[in-house]
Amino acid sequence: MSHTKNTSARSLRLAAVAIAATAVLSGCAGPNPRDPYEGFNRAMFSFNDTVDKVALKPVATAYKNVLPSFVQTGIDNFFGNLSDAWSVVNDMLQGKGTQGARDLGRVGLNTTFGLLGFIDVATPNGLRKHTEDFGQTLGYWGVGSGPYLMLPLLGPSTVRDTVALPVDIAGDIWHYKDPVYIRNIGTVVRVVDQRANLLDASNLLEEAALDRYEFVRDGYLQRRESQVHDGEPDAKPKKSPDAPDDKDNKDVKPAVTPASTAEAAPTVPATLAAKELNSGTPAANDASL
Amino acid sequence: MKFIKQFIALATVALAVNAQAAAPAGNEAPDVLVKRISQDVIDTAKSDKAIQAGDQKKVMDLVETKILPYVDFQRMTAEAAGRNWRTATPDQQKALQDQFRTLLIFTYSGALSQIKNETVDFKPLRADPSDTEVEVRSQVNMARGEPIQLNYRVEKTASGWKIYDINVLGAWLVQTYQGTFTSEIAKGGVDGLIKALTAKNQSLASKPLKTVAK
Repeated sequence: MSHTKNTSARSLRLAAVAIAATAVLSGCAGPNPRDPYEGFNRAMFSFNDTVDKVALKPVATAYKNVLPSFVQTGIDNFFGNLSDAWSVVNDMLQGKGTQGARDLGRVGLNTTFGLLGFIDVATPNGLRKHTEDFGQTLGYWGVGSGPYLMLPLLGPSTVRDTVALPVDIAGDIWHYKDPVYIRNIGTVVRVVDQRANLLDASNLLEEAALDRYEFVRDGYLQRRESQVHDGEPDAKPKKSPDAPDDKDNKDVKPAVTPASTAEAAPTVPATLAAKELNSGTPAANDASL
Repeated sequence: MKFIKQFIALATVALAVNAQAAAPAGNEAPDVLVKRISQDVIDTAKSDKAIQAGDQKKVMDLVETKILPYVDFQRMTAEAAGRNWRTATPDQQKALQDQFRTLLIFTYSGALSQIKNETVDFKPLRADPSDTEVEVRSQVNMARGEPIQLNYRVEKTASGWKIYDINVLGAWLVQTYQGTFTSEIAKGGVDGLIKALTAKNQSLASKPLKTVAK
């Protein structure tokens, strides 16, 4: 009896702590309007960093050093093929027929001639890898990214992408792999493989950044924005994402006078993001004077 | 079929590069310029054993001689510093620009020593001949995984086209540094930012280049 009482008391206390923590964290809102949960995010970032340092990175480094590179490539291709299948679904959900057909062709080729995806035969044939996830689909249909959110273990995200995450997980074929122990082993291998792919980039990041947290955040938010627009600077996604020529948008650019240096506002992919991000910094054009 | 296509493409590129090599730098089209620099840098990085082995001095030489002459560091720094740039004294501006430049050299040196089998494709330039600021877009094809988007913002200056921003994986370099610069300046003023950059550079200088875990 007292036992149950104890547990419930403890969980009550825990809840109280959690609420208090949330209140404190949201109280110390960062100066960046896109990152109101900076306090929480920073805590998660350093937690992830610790996990990475003590567990993931060493394992990934060993994986990279020990396994023959063709085995690594095979593993990477295999899981890449599964995610390509999900990209096809998201291509369709965004009405990108041409891209969807290309990605479908890619999955088809790699699954058959590529022996279940272990060999990437599509890339040399011009069907390069192209990733779409459900977060991008939501973004395509106009859902804003919402604030930046650092997820435990999963890393940088936004509120929108976090909402989309369960759908992405459900859309992942490996999620349904039986038996479960194979699925679990596979998932671990997949995570290690992905980390191994990022080793060089993360080393680079350490050199480039003054404050890694901010650097990752500001880079990530831009990258997601760019992914939503498929890397097209001016894309008006709802009209014709596949249109090879959106020159019209270019022409909107105000006449360039050296003084106003018509800072590439119309060509900036994440103009909105940029504006919000640097709310105190009205476009960079006044800076270049 | 594919081979023939590739061959023709290669031949065209080679021709274009040759044709432009003789032209004075000022007349070179922006995309041709970027193409030429990147090809030159990649070829050198791939063929030079010392660079592949992570010889820091060699890599930095390569960056200094082949890339730096075509980069407008002042504009890059000014934009990264945002409106604080104008309130900074000329001395501060110079110090800031020097330190930022050094940091970028370190960063790019690290990246260059990792070049192995990557190839670069350039996308068609979308610009009017009268444009003075254009975006040159390319992608780096990796041995595996999705190609990496690599775009350049290039401006026309009196001394030819100059790069003033780079986009890697969808993120612009200047914009990515803006956040850090702004918060460092908020903490310790422009001098604080200069100090932080200097400290960072010193720690990088004392470390050997991080190359790929082999």
